[in-house]
Amino acid sequence: MEILTALITLDKLPLKACGEIVGVDWDSLSEKDARRLRELGVDEGVEVEKLHKGPFGIDPIACRIGRMTIALRSAQAAAIAVRPRASE
Amino acid sequence: MNPTPLVALAGNPNAGKSALFNALTGARQKVGNYPGVTVERKSGRMMLADGRPVEMLDLPGTYSLTPSSPDEAVTHDVLLGKQEGERLPSALLIVVDATNLDNHLRFALQLIALGLPTVVALNMIDMATRDGLTIDAAKLSEELGVPVIPTVAVRKKGIDELKAAIGMLAAGGAVKINGDDPALHQDIVELQRRARAMAVAATTEESFRRRWTHRADAVALHPIIGPILLATILFVMFQAVFAWSAVPADMIDQGIQQIQALVSASMDAGFFRSLITEGLLAGVGAVVVFLPQILILFLFILLLEASGYMVRAAFIMDHLMARVGLSGRAFIPLLSSFACAIPGIMATRTIDDPKDRLTTILIAPLMTCSARLPVYAVIIAAFIPARDIGPGVGLQGLVLFALYLAGIAGAMLTAFVLRHTVTKGPPPGFMMEMPRYQMPILRDILLGLWQRAWIFLRRAGTIIAATTVILWLLVSYPKPPADFAHPPIDYSIAGRIANTIEPVFRPIGFNRDMALALIPAMAAREVAVSALATVYAVDAGDETIQERSLIDRLRGRWSLPTALAFLAWFVFAPQCISTIAVVRRETNGWKWTGFMLAYLFALAYVAAGATYWSAIALGL
Repeated sequence: MEILTALITLDKLPLKACGEIVGVDWDSLSEKDARRLRELGVDEGVEVEKLHKGPFGIDPIACRIGRMTIALRSAQAAAIAVRPRASE
Repeated sequence: MNPTPLVALAGNPNAGKSALFNALTGARQKVGNYPGVTVERKSGRMMLADGRPVEMLDLPGTYSLTPSSPDEAVTHDVLLGKQEGERLPSALLIVVDATNLDNHLRFALQLIALGLPTVVALNMIDMATRDGLTIDAAKLSEELGVPVIPTVAVRKKGIDELKAAIGMLAAGGAVKINGDDPALHQDIVELQRRARAMAVAATTEESFRRRWTHRADAVALHPIIGPILLATILFVMFQAVFAWSAVPADMIDQGIQQIQALVSASMDAGFFRSLITEGLLAGVGAVVVFLPQILILFLFILLLEASGYMVRAAFIMDHLMARVGLSGRAFIPLLSSFACAIPGIMATRTIDDPKDRLTTILIAPLMTCSARLPVYAVIIAAFIPARDIGPGVGLQGLVLFALYLAGIAGAMLTAFVLRHTVTKGPPPGFMMEMPRYQMPILRDILLGLWQRAWIFLRRAGTIIAATTVILWLLVSYPKPPADFAHPPIDYSIAGRIANTIEPVFRPIGFNRDMALALIPAMAAREVAVSALATVYAVDAGDETIQERSLIDRLRGRWSLPTALAFLAWFVFAPQCISTIAVVRRETNGWKWTGFMLAYLFALAYVAAGATYWSAIALGL
């Protein structure tokens, strides 16, 4: 049974943790960034996994979105709300 | 009667489109440009099984038809028959990555909605199997309403089937474009959901994993090992450019000298012999010698791109680039600019933030391109003593390294200033797909190298050959009267021009010969070397022009501060007509091109002057 966990934004998702995108605050993003994120497959219901952080520990981050790995900055990741999945 | 059918190849980046294009057309390719934009037009001829030819057009890899970057605009315009100078394709080949169907099908749906006769290549089907995915091509074909053919481009699997399908489609008559189909303008999210549902329906997933890419990324993107790895790769790359090129460069050099000797022996002394040996062969030869270095640099860049590492490099560099207001994406064009600013500037088309892109274009000429090497090499050899200042660290190498660093530092500083003034704007985002690692395909790398070599040689054979011949004429004529007291060059047209502009350059320590060399070097930087060689050869009335003698002559005529000032000038000066032309085309006008020219010349003048007077003050 899945345990209900609090929502966090993607930038705060711990390294190597998985989760499901539950909402995206499109309005907080520039039109271009929003379109690019959509094109890269960011959408509600998609599974994400935080894979890597940049060399200085903050920016950028690499995430698996569905079957694709994408790089993005924390500023954009902050618009993506994630429900972390309890670790297996 | 009918013209050769045109079939367009479209798809997401990283779908293996180029490999498929190469597999379909072989080496019969033509690389050009669309008028008005620097988007590369790549086309090739493909022979169908029945012998009919088809022209394949490789469109740039894009994520959608929304025309927001130049690449996307060209894709959009070609497929709607609106691209100037391009006929409407009679069929469309969509390439999708079998391992990433949910994403690639979205763009495919948008493309299919156009209404062109379409076939889908379900590429990298072998990778999907390895990733634990089984895909039902028949079911997918049913859902999409177009034929779907599984392919493995790199192993040429499914190519015959694909050719047969294209043959069937291209046989149809005139096509009409469904420019008003609602799917064209449909919301991305809506299309994405449809695509995802289709992908799920056609795919049986056992255990999806990309073990290899994950393991490699654990190292390549490691917060500490990653940057060290990147620095090591770059170090090896620049070492190789010098170390590996010595032997082939010597061979080219000797070959040119043999041709000169052959021409000298077989022709009577006179105008034409001098024109060919002193003008043409000496000038073009001085440039062609650098072909090995340029090819080695491109080899590394092509390998880094084909393997998928380049995006990781951008990832690692993003934070540093962000500090000067750029994004990691700018790193790729800037790295290419070390080979040549032209492909570098063309590579900026993948940057979608217009101000980020403009800033990158404006600083790209500051990256030390391979055309500066001849100038640096000659001046360093002449004025910097070849002694070691530490174990394995030579002074000459250190000076060269410092010149590279000066270019990079200048670029970063300029970017910082520009982003806070003329290209001010919100910080660009950094979003990139990180494709799987792939073994580069030898055939594709060789094809890329051959295309670069051809572009370089064509340039050497046209613009550089023409300018050196013109310069030779200008420094050789008119011949002075017998009682002319000064060196003969002072009487020539070039000598008179140089005497006129020399006062401008005198405050920064340049002499007349340098002012003279700067004029033809506007065509291409490396011409400065052949120009100096020509000037001093004509001046001395010599018959043979050799680099060694040029170095000796420079030593006798230039002071050390003058030589250092000349080096500083070349770090910054925008001395390359082709780059200026590309910037003009890329920025759509003279405004930013003029701005770039002005700031680079000003930087060069100030840097050369500062170097000269500091060197004098230090008593060098």
